Amino acid sequence: MQTTLTEDLRHSADGREAESILRACVHCGFCTATCPTYGVFRDELDGPRGRIYLVKQVLEGAVATRRTQLHLDRCLSCRACETTCPSGVHYGRLLDIGRSLVERQVRRNIVDRFKRRLLRAVIPHRRRFGILLRTARSVRGILPAAWSSAIPPLRTAGSWPSSSHRRKMLALGGCVQPSISPNIDAATARVLDHLGISLLRVSGSGCCGAMSYHLGAHQEGLDFARRNIDAWWPHIEAGAEAVVLNASGCGVMVKEYGKLLAGDPVYAARAARISELSRDLSEVLAREDRSVLGRTGSGTARIAFHCPCTLQHGQKLGGVVEGILTDAGFELAPVADMHLCCGSAGTYSLLQPQISRQLLTQKLAALESGQPLAIGTANIGCLVHLQSRASVPVRHWIELLDACLPGHEQDGQFITR
Amino acid sequence: MVTRDLNPHMRRELIRTLRRSLPAAAILHDPEALRAYECDGLSAYRELPMLVVLPETVEQVRAVLAACSERGIPVVARGAGTGLSGGALPNADGVLLSLAKLNRILEIDEHNRIARVQPGVRNLAISEAVAPLGLYYAPDPSSQIACSIGGNVAENAGGIHCLKYGLTVHNIQALTFLTPDGRLLAVGGGAPDSPGYDLLALLTGSEGLLGIIVEIVVKLLPRPERAQVALAAFDDAEKAGAAVAAIIAAGIVPAGLEMMDNLAIRAAEEYVHAGYPVDAAAILLCELDGMNEEVSEQILQVRRILTQCGAASVRTAQDERERLLFWAGRKAAFPAVGRLAPDYYCMDGTIPRRNLARVLVRISEMSASAGLRVANVFHAGDGNLHPLILYDASRPGDLERAEQLGARILELCVEVGGTITGEHGVGVEKIDQMCLQFSAPALTQFHALKHAFDPQGLLNPGKAIPTLRRCAEYGAMHVHGGKLHFPEIERF
Repeated sequence: MQTTLTEDLRHSADGREAESILRACVHCGFCTATCPTYGVFRDELDGPRGRIYLVKQVLEGAVATRRTQLHLDRCLSCRACETTCPSGVHYGRLLDIGRSLVERQVRRNIVDRFKRRLLRAVIPHRRRFGILLRTARSVRGILPAAWSSAIPPLRTAGSWPSSSHRRKMLALGGCVQPSISPNIDAATARVLDHLGISLLRVSGSGCCGAMSYHLGAHQEGLDFARRNIDAWWPHIEAGAEAVVLNASGCGVMVKEYGKLLAGDPVYAARAARISELSRDLSEVLAREDRSVLGRTGSGTARIAFHCPCTLQHGQKLGGVVEGILTDAGFELAPVADMHLCCGSAGTYSLLQPQISRQLLTQKLAALESGQPLAIGTANIGCLVHLQSRASVPVRHWIELLDACLPGHEQDGQFITR
Repeated sequence: MVTRDLNPHMRRELIRTLRRSLPAAAILHDPEALRAYECDGLSAYRELPMLVVLPETVEQVRAVLAACSERGIPVVARGAGTGLSGGALPNADGVLLSLAKLNRILEIDEHNRIARVQPGVRNLAISEAVAPLGLYYAPDPSSQIACSIGGNVAENAGGIHCLKYGLTVHNIQALTFLTPDGRLLAVGGGAPDSPGYDLLALLTGSEGLLGIIVEIVVKLLPRPERAQVALAAFDDAEKAGAAVAAIIAAGIVPAGLEMMDNLAIRAAEEYVHAGYPVDAAAILLCELDGMNEEVSEQILQVRRILTQCGAASVRTAQDERERLLFWAGRKAAFPAVGRLAPDYYCMDGTIPRRNLARVLVRISEMSASAGLRVANVFHAGDGNLHPLILYDASRPGDLERAEQLGARILELCVEVGGTITGEHGVGVEKIDQMCLQFSAPALTQFHALKHAFDPQGLLNPGKAIPTLRRCAEYGAMHVHGGKLHFPEIERF
C-alpha cells in the first residue's frame, strides 16, 4: 500500500519499519475473516485492515483522535490476522508502533490512565501481585460471585526435583504465574527431570516485559528484558542450553528480545543470543524421547486443548502440544474455530471486559461442546480467564503430562481440583 | 485527498434522520473513520463517502434506502470489501451501505439441499455450517475465506470449481432484494422454470445497480465421495496451455483446472510451503472429483495426457491435507504476490481456450515493453485469465503505466474473441473496456434496464455500464485498425 510518511518519521527506525510493513499490505481483506473483533463488530475499523488504515493515517501526519485510539485499544494483539495474511504483513509490530504514536497524541481520561498505571505497577511485579492475590483470596467469601469467580483458587506446587543433571535449561522468573499456579513451573521441572534435564530458577529473572510493552510503555518493557538478560547470561556462559518458556505469551516476547533491543549497543548481542536459545516448552519436548514419561490410561483422558494465540499465531507452533498430548494417550475433543482468541489477551480482559466476556463465552462453548473432562492450555493468562467461567478444570498441558509420570502421587489421576 | 463536503447541511439532516432508525455507532461520518472505507480490494481507486452506515436488520436497510431516495442521495452497497473491480468504491456525495452485519444463516434445509442466508455471510462460512451434513456450497472464489455471499451474487463470482459446477448464478435459487425506494421484492423459487422474466439471473452480476440484496437462497451440493488433484510442472508455459486444451478435448470435466506461472508459483510457495516446484515456468493443478472409481480412472488418464504434453513432472496429492495445501497456495496467490511488489493490479479477462498459448506470449511481450512484471494466475479450464501487473504506487507514473498495460491486455482479450471480465465484475475498473465489448444499441438497452429498476439512478452510479458519451471519449483515444468506435456519437 502506498504510504507517504511524515518527514521526522522517515528518519526514525520505527517509521521505516512501519513503512516497509505497510508496503507489504495489498488490502485484500482476508485478515478480517479470522479477526475476533471484526467478528464481534463487523466494522472495518475493528478489523486488521481498517486498523492498518488508521495507523497509516497517523504515520502520514494526520493527528489521531480518541476514535483511532479506541479502535486500536480494541485489538487483542492475537495476530490471527498474521497467520491468515498471504502477503506476510507483520501486523502486530505495526500495531505496537501505531499504538505508541497515538499514545503520545491522545491524552487518555483520568480513570483510564489510572487503570493502566495500576496494572503496570502491580502485575509485572511478582511480590506485589502475590500480596494482592493472597489478600483477594482471604476475602473471597465476602465478595460478589462475579468477582470471586475471577480469583484463581490456591493450588499447591508439589515438589521440585532435587537431582542435578548435566543438561541444564533456564526458567523465566515470571510475574503472575508463580503466585497463581506455582505447580506449572514445578511440573515443568519434574517432566524435564525425567528427560535428564535440570530446570534452573535464576534469581533476578522476573516479568518478561510484554505487558508494559503492549500497554505502550516500551522503555519499561525493555528494562524488564534487560533484567532477564542480566540474570540469565552467566548461566548461558556456563553452558545452559536453552531458555524454556512455559507461558506462550512470555515466549513470544523473549523470542523478540533480539529484535527489540537491536538498537541498544550494550544489550543487542546478548539479546539476540537469548532469543536464539529461547524455546517454548512444547518445542523442547517435541525433540526429546518421551517414552520415559508414561501414558494416560486409555479412555480416561478426554480433554479439549485451547492453543493460545501467542503459541499458534505469535510463535507459529499450532499442533505441537496437541501432538505431544496425543502421543501421551490423551484423547483430544474437536474444537471449532480454533484460531479464535479466548479474550484474555494480557490485560485485555481487564481493559475491555465486555468484548473479552463475549469472546470467552464463544470460546468456552467451542471447548466444552465435545464434553471434555478438562481443558488444557499453554498460557497462564488464558488459563485464568477460561477457568473463571469453565465448568471443567482448566490446566496447563504440562500439568496433565506431569500427572502421567510414573510414580506420580495422584497415580494417573491427571485432574485434581 | 481533500474531504469533499458539498452540502454539510444536507449531510447533517440525513444523519439526524438516520439516527431515528440506526444506533449512533452504525453511522460513521468523521473522515478519520471514513478513510478505512475509501476503497475495496482494488485500492488503486479511492474516494471518501459522505457517510458509511452499518445496518443490522433488513428494516434498517430499508430505512436507509428510503431516506436516501427521498433526498436523491446515491447509495453504494458493500459486503466484505474484497472485490477486485472497485464495485464498492464509494461515491463522494453518497452513502456507503455496509451489509456486513447482516450475517446470519437463517435456515438450512437438508432435504431440499438449500440454505437461506443473509448477504453478509462469508462464502466459506456456508460450507463450514453445512459440512456436518456432508454438503457444501460450490462456488469458491479465491477470497472465499473473507468474501460475502451478497458480494458474490452482485458480481456473479466464480472460483476454482466453477469449471464443473458453474458460477454463482448457477448455484442460487432465490433472492430477496430492496428497490431503491425501499420496497421488498422476491425473485426465483424452487421450480426449475418459472413464468415471467428471469429476474434472478438479471440481479446476479448486476453489481449493486438494480437493487440491494438482503436475502439469498443458495443451492448446496453433496460432498463428492473423493477428490484428487494432480500437480504438473512445465518448463514452458505454452506446453501447459496445450495440456489444458488436451484435457478438455479428451472429454474430461475437471472440478478445477488452474495454471500459475513462475512468479505466481514463487510467491504462493513462500506463503503456504505446499512444495510447488519453484523452478517451473508454469504449473497446472487439475482436480477430479466424484465416485472413487471414476476419479481413479480419470487421474490415470490426466496423468498420461500431461506427460504426453511435455510435463516435466506430475505429482498427485498424498493425502487430503496435501490436496488442500495445493489449493491453499492457489487461493492465496493474489495477495501472496504482494510479497514480490508493493502493489499489484489484478486483471480478469476471458479468452477462448484455444488461444491460451498465443495470448500468454503476447502478454509477456507487452509486459516487457511496458517495463512492468506480470504474474499469471488463472482458471485455465474456462479460459479466465488473471494477469497480475506488479507495480509500485509510490513511484510516479507506475500506476498509470499499470492501468495502460491492463487496458491493452483486456483489449487483447476482446480481440481474440474473449471478454473483459470473467468473474470479478466491471465495477469502475473496466468500465471503459465495456465500450469495446458492447455496441451503442446494447448499452442503450442496459441503461433502459437500469432505469426500470432505479429511475433516479441512485444505486452505485457510474459503475458497470458506461454512458455513451464516456464511450465516445474513450473511443476517440483508441482508434483501432483505422476504425473509430461509436462513430455515431457526437465528439466534443
